[in-house]
Amino acid sequence: MTNHDGGPSRRKVLECMTWAGTGVLWTITGGVPTSLGIIDEAVAQPSKGFTFLQISDSHMGFDKPANPNVKGTLEEAIGRVKTLAVKPSFMIHTGDISHLSKASEFDDAERIISQARLDVHYVPGEHDLIDEERGKLYLERYGRGTRGAGWYSFDADGIHFIGLVNVVDLKAGGLGNLGNEQLEWLEDDVKSRSASQPIVVFAHIPLWTVYPDWGWGTEDGARALGYLKRFGSVTVLNGHIHQVMQKVEGNVTFHTARSTAFPQPAPGSAPSPGPMKVADDKLRSMLGIASVTFKQNEQRLAIIDTALQG
Amino acid sequence: MTKARFMTNCVVGIAAMFVWMAVPASADEVAIEIGNFTFGPHELKVKSGTTVTWVNEDDIPHTVVSLNNFRSKALDSDDKFSFTFTTPGTYKYFCSLHPHMTGTIVVEAATGSIAPP
Repeated sequence: MTNHDGGPSRRKVLECMTWAGTGVLWTITGGVPTSLGIIDEAVAQPSKGFTFLQISDSHMGFDKPANPNVKGTLEEAIGRVKTLAVKPSFMIHTGDISHLSKASEFDDAERIISQARLDVHYVPGEHDLIDEERGKLYLERYGRGTRGAGWYSFDADGIHFIGLVNVVDLKAGGLGNLGNEQLEWLEDDVKSRSASQPIVVFAHIPLWTVYPDWGWGTEDGARALGYLKRFGSVTVLNGHIHQVMQKVEGNVTFHTARSTAFPQPAPGSAPSPGPMKVADDKLRSMLGIASVTFKQNEQRLAIIDTALQG
Repeated sequence: MTKARFMTNCVVGIAAMFVWMAVPASADEVAIEIGNFTFGPHELKVKSGTTVTWVNEDDIPHTVVSLNNFRSKALDSDDKFSFTFTTPGTYKYFCSLHPHMTGTIVVEAATGSIAPP
């Protein structure tokens, strides 16, 4: 997001602020994934090297006041993807494709997202597994080549990508859950890999504890991260909380993406994490205005403005 | 019959009627609101035979799940789920989508005297 003299253009900033649909563009330089920022920045700043895109929380079918037109904002997001100067290698979608796991909702998502003409690697959110048969529809559509409830890994450009499912078999009073079967698979999946290979893990609910009072974390996430501890570069990409947060801990960078559908409140700033209704002319300004960092060993949440720069 | 005696009889009669109404199963219905990602009331005490109905008043779907006892489908906004408790005991339940949401139904035997309000 720069103009010819290197400073941020006010007009460009305002353009950024008027777009609710979002994606995060990632590039890998020297093995370390770096967020280039919201797509608008990436458009103005052609990336070098390998890039991929993250979108999240499309919530097709949501029609409540927080955003009665979620198809429209997803279309805006995909429209932005199509304008990227450098075509990303693929997209990852970190779940909640649909709101109620209806076939028509998955159809709408497919119709819109496919317009980006990119391969898309999905993991489910809890909203994608609430059909009568609890996940059958999701697995029929997105489960090919996956294991269990839909987890898998693949390699691209020397990076090992791992898609995890932490929205199944949740325990009363608990957080997101990976479960023993998936964790054993993960341990096996990474054990013979070189520690110098960059790892990207993506899952719906944050793998680290963002805000347990709202269930924003993964019960056994630490065990998963334990298997990844020896790797020099680990990037964890999540959705679920409909806002940007970032944390760096040792070799691990944690990042959550915005929703294309509706914003959710910052942790503890509202009675519940439900959809946040903002003035119509503000909805699209919910892009990139704040991130929240939960510092371990501190009880408070540090809320900081972020330009989504890696 | 004095007026006072008549009143006493009436009170006893009405009280007896309440006992009669309370004893048979299915006489009672209680609602629990799901709002702001909480079950309200969080803990509820009912007589055996009571039908409890959960109503989702959030903009986000929720479920009502008590393992081995009952499991609702995903409840969209304004959707309801009912369960009739016929066996005394303590039923802990939660939302399987947002498991930090928990609640408890304590079911007491329907026979015997009415518990004080």
